[in-house]
Amino acid sequence: MDRELRSHIIKLAGSKTRLDGRGFTDYRDVSVETGVLSTAEGSSRVKIGKTEILVGVKVEVMKPYPDAPDKGSIMVGAELLPMSSPNFEQGPPSITAIELARVVDRGIRESKSLDFKGLCIEPGEKVWMIIIDICTINHAGNLFDAASLGVMAALKDMRFPKYEDDKIDYKEKTDKKLEITGTPISVTVLKIGDNFMIDPDIEEEQAVDARLSVATLEDGTLCAMQKGGDTPLSSEEIISMVDLATEKASDLRKHIK
Amino acid sequence: MTYKERPDGRKFDESRKIEAKVGVIDNADGSASFKIGNTLAYAAVYGPRNLHPRFLQDPSKGILRCNYNMMPFSGSGDRIRPGGSRRSKEISLVTQKALLPVLNLDNYPNSVVDVFIEFPQTEAGSRCAGICAASMALADAGLEMKDLVSAVSVGRVDDQIVVDLDYAEEAYEDGPVADIPIAMMPSYDKITLLQMDGLIQKKDLQKALEMGKKSLKEIHEVQKKALKEKYQGEVK
Repeated sequence: MDRELRSHIIKLAGSKTRLDGRGFTDYRDVSVETGVLSTAEGSSRVKIGKTEILVGVKVEVMKPYPDAPDKGSIMVGAELLPMSSPNFEQGPPSITAIELARVVDRGIRESKSLDFKGLCIEPGEKVWMIIIDICTINHAGNLFDAASLGVMAALKDMRFPKYEDDKIDYKEKTDKKLEITGTPISVTVLKIGDNFMIDPDIEEEQAVDARLSVATLEDGTLCAMQKGGDTPLSSEEIISMVDLATEKASDLRKHIK
Repeated sequence: MTYKERPDGRKFDESRKIEAKVGVIDNADGSASFKIGNTLAYAAVYGPRNLHPRFLQDPSKGILRCNYNMMPFSGSGDRIRPGGSRRSKEISLVTQKALLPVLNLDNYPNSVVDVFIEFPQTEAGSRCAGICAASMALADAGLEMKDLVSAVSVGRVDDQIVVDLDYAEEAYEDGPVADIPIAMMPSYDKITLLQMDGLIQKKDLQKALEMGKKSLKEIHEVQKKALKEKYQGEVK
């Protein structure tokens, strides 16, 4: 990244401000809409400032994995569409897209909020596979938090289609929802210079020394973490970042009905 | 007369409900969305910008690159695997051919104008919706253009000529069906995209094209209105 811009961001941070004038722990405007797509079994549109993503859920019936014959599963994919940023290119998923999808996946999977056994239709033979895709419409920073919020919202919006005679009738949705016991929310905290901040825009994301994504449940239990960036963190710093993420997660969670 | 009524009650020469919007993607140099019935297209234009790899460059003019892509959850059936298919590649090609005649890229040697067309949801008529969105996005990007491009599908269902076929009509089983996506430069009365699947007589093709032209005039107005809405107040 541009060194002048980076040192400008760090200098600004020294006087407790950011490029767009926000405080370190302020989100941009957040909005979450659900049921926005007619072709998906569940969907959401999340906007954080000028960042916008769409999340769609499709379901398939599959043979279960041999090590879990009575469990269905989820699969999360992220498409960083070249439409949404001049820096995204066409082609197979980049490492950025893979990391994003896996961090979101683990935040949900490891929280045990989804009952995978409830997705079993016939043990050893047929289980539901829930496939969640994240597509970026406009990338203006902080896809991690937007994606985790969008995926939870879309899963709560999901309704199973009718399943009869080994066939899914996608045209007919039932009232049956996913059983979801908790709402894991991921918040990414950045370290730039000696400062912690959340909800980075593109420039701040590029200037980052280290970042930590922390998924937490309502009661503050941590369910997944991922450190990124090139700079190491002390354990004291990690605890402060976890505290900030937990506090902010409870604000974000209010956007999910 | 055997095909008396359309499944959704439309008149034979009536398209589904259309909504168009310009300036929907902040990062893009130009962008638009076009919704017809349940089919929704986003288009984003980036460029003119440097073209890599270099062997693709044309030293005499800029090139236009179009990419048609359905989001994984955009089909009403199974999930669509990301990464493009033979179908999406072919549609990308015909989309590029449909848009190129209105553009003048002579002033941008060695450059590319990228058009990314994405579909969050589809229900028939997606290539036409994509072309409508793309031509608005190109105009929004401020590129030199002779005209907009408007597109719609026409065809026959049994013994009736219709415009803007929906899924139920494409899959009609009690008689022959022809699906004919067309794109036009409305001000020049010239056709830039023509494909056809199905069976039709020459005189019916003629009738279908005439019906299509009428519908395209309406679509052209919707596109112009959406463009004006974005720039209202900005142009003095």
